[in-house]
Amino acid sequence: MSISGKAYIVGAYEHPTRKAPDKSLAQLHAEVALGALQDAGLGKDDVDGYFCGGDAPGTGPLSLVDYMNLKVRHADSTNIGGSSYILHVNHAAQAIAAGKCDIALVTLAGRPRSEGAQKGAPQRTDNPMQPDFPWEQPFGMTTLNAYAMCAMRHMHQFGTTPEQLAWVKVAASHHAQHNPNAVLRDVVTVEDVANSPIIADPLRRLDCCVISDGGGAVIVTRPEIARSLKRPLVKVRGAAEAIKHLSGGDVDLTYSAGATTAPLAFGEAGVTPADIKYVSLYDSFTITVIVQLEDLGFCKKGEGGRFVADGNLISGIGRLPFNTDGGGLCNNHPNHRGGMTKIIEAVRQLRGEAHPAVQVDGCDLALAHGTGGLLGTRHGSATLILERE
Amino acid sequence: MSILSDALEHHPETQPFWSALGEGRFLLKHCRACGRAHWYPRAICPFCTSADTEWREASGDGTIYSYSIMRKAKEPYAIAYVTLAEGPTMMTNIVDSDLEAIRIGGSVRIAIGKRDEDLLPLFRLA
Ligand SMILES: [Zn+2]
Repeated sequence: MSISGKAYIVGAYEHPTRKAPDKSLAQLHAEVALGALQDAGLGKDDVDGYFCGGDAPGTGPLSLVDYMNLKVRHADSTNIGGSSYILHVNHAAQAIAAGKCDIALVTLAGRPRSEGAQKGAPQRTDNPMQPDFPWEQPFGMTTLNAYAMCAMRHMHQFGTTPEQLAWVKVAASHHAQHNPNAVLRDVVTVEDVANSPIIADPLRRLDCCVISDGGGAVIVTRPEIARSLKRPLVKVRGAAEAIKHLSGGDVDLTYSAGATTAPLAFGEAGVTPADIKYVSLYDSFTITVIVQLEDLGFCKKGEGGRFVADGNLISGIGRLPFNTDGGGLCNNHPNHRGGMTKIIEAVRQLRGEAHPAVQVDGCDLALAHGTGGLLGTRHGSATLILERE
Repeated sequence: MSILSDALEHHPETQPFWSALGEGRFLLKHCRACGRAHWYPRAICPFCTSADTEWREASGDGTIYSYSIMRKAKEPYAIAYVTLAEGPTMMTNIVDSDLEAIRIGGSVRIAIGKRDEDLLPLFRLA
């Protein structure tokens, strides 16, 4: 069963906060839910499906459905890390197409800054019962050096340079200057990135995303309901998800599960990378963007570094505008999870509601893609192709 | 600080590995059905699903597949993926070596040792 054309995103809301010491986690979820419902012109009691990721406190969706006093007949709390919400839109579309719910709410929220997440190299708080735990955690494996090993291998195998990595941050900063809510609003140069302190070779401070409190939400519904609302129509054209890991020791750090999701999502949508006018790409680190561009087919494997150079990702300048809100690299990475904001900016672009300085002309087809977990060990990728109708 | 000791009670499946390591031997899980070694060790072969797997002492030789030096730490340290002579690639630390001399493709040799309080399969430049 294809979900193409069977679901629409009718509400999208990004919380303006980037530091929320006076709000609870559940409160942030409720605020973004309300924001997305108001955007759609719907109310709480219209929601009959709820989707959340690993940021939801408690047992899956139970506590938040209780807190928000929702009445749902369908729920899904699949957690593949920061890309979960992109997967949730796919799952919501499937549930809607199957008649399991009519109006699905997806929320993400978190307050790592207020809860004292240290910058730099926090030890990951993985569960000791994970089978991989004894084989990774004792070696000082962190998010940073796990991604750094992917970047190191990419540079070795394909000749990718630190300057090419830097261009990803430069492009994000060009966009973030227009976003009043962005954590980092200063435009940076390739030299600024290359001269920032080295954290884990070859990644430098400015190769990394920001840490922020906040969140976001989207509302997904069936075509008839979408057409009855007053917002521009953003149709789910194709979607896919996949998981990649260390394959029993057959390790290859040069690609992500996006290599699996791309043909599936493009196939369902019936379009090609050349048709895409705007991309939201997971940008936990600069290397993440380069690997995903290759895996999604925007360039050949190994050519991602050359592809992003010289401003090719900057709206109005390059061939493929990306993360026009400033992305996780400059704008917002709520609860270390960048998937939701990727969907939201793609919706803004398709509605023509991005900042005028970064709005892509005639943006009728957009792609949002995420990599949750660790590129350097195991992760879940999710791809969403959206169309302005 | 011990990260490992609190975790191992949950992993009886790989207890022989850690016991042997304490005796200075670095073991790998081989599958008698398909003939392949895998990493990390499992009771059931991840390639062919045979439960006919056995522990064998590894050569201890490998090459660096990738690495990174964590500079934002009290003491900089090198994390790496090492491809063993037997085939599988594993995560480890490169120790007792000039960190600036680490290169992808470089030869390494097992150097069982402690990181914090945990006895681990570490490697040094060969
Ligand atoms: Zn086997």
